[in-house]
Amino acid sequence: MPDLGQYAVEVLSAYAVTIVPLVAIVILSVWKARRTRTRLSNVEARRGKST
Amino acid sequence: MASLWEYANPRKFMTVSAAILPWVWGLAAVCLIGGLVWGFFFTPDDFRQGSTVKIIYVHVPAAIMAVNAWFMMLVTSLIWLIRRHHVSALAAKAAAPVGMIFTLIALATGAIWGQPMWGTWWEWDPRLTSFLILFLFYLGYIALWEAVENPDAAADLTSVLCLVGSVFAVISRYALVFWNQGLHQGATLSLDAEQNIADVFWYPLITALAGFGFLFLALVLYRTRTEIRARRLKALIAQERMA
Repeated sequence: MPDLGQYAVEVLSAYAVTIVPLVAIVILSVWKARRTRTRLSNVEARRGKST
Repeated sequence: MASLWEYANPRKFMTVSAAILPWVWGLAAVCLIGGLVWGFFFTPDDFRQGSTVKIIYVHVPAAIMAVNAWFMMLVTSLIWLIRRHHVSALAAKAAAPVGMIFTLIALATGAIWGQPMWGTWWEWDPRLTSFLILFLFYLGYIALWEAVENPDAAADLTSVLCLVGSVFAVISRYALVFWNQGLHQGATLSLDAEQNIADVFWYPLITALAGFGFLFLALVLYRTRTEIRARRLKALIAQERMA
């Protein structure tokens, strides 16, 4: 870890408020994508069985 | 000769985006992690700002991408309004939360940096104020998509909102040209090499900026694919209800 001196709290918190939201939006995007894909597969399978 | 408008076809977009996404994700990871690690661990302190100069590697790329994301939404919104390509409208919808996150990061890291350097968390400076308004426009854009039931009407209304919000995106970008005042410093990145920051800060900053850019592209492509699937899902469910 580099010596951040008297500004350690500022620098580390700036990186935290950057990394946490970026990770969150990636996770949320993946979760939404999987949920949508699953629901679409189920509906398409239902249509496939009924035709 | 292939036309760019081919990619307005959802099937074509899904095929092409599936092929390029792994590469874009990979570039995003390499540039973002590489740039941030390089900047945090391997650059010196600034003689005036001390170690807070390391905040530049998150604040500046986030701010640049916050404005660029809105301009991308502007272009795709205009394509929707003029040519009525649904993929374009869905791409704008997909981009908005990502742009909002970038704006929030820029505002938060700016406040954190401002406190030790300027002695204040916030100032009603032209650039900061227009950035805050841009953030509010992002929130409004996202809310409007959710509030309107009919997706085509939602796309129309949000496109108009995007046009209006572009005024603040331009002001955010060029505030220091329009108003020769305010607390916020001048351009960090410039086409004029003489105005740029020192090379020791410049190269990791550009790498981090590339990382933010590729991450934005990856998320927009990925989320647009989800929006296209969601649109198809909604149509199939509507057909089932009518049958």
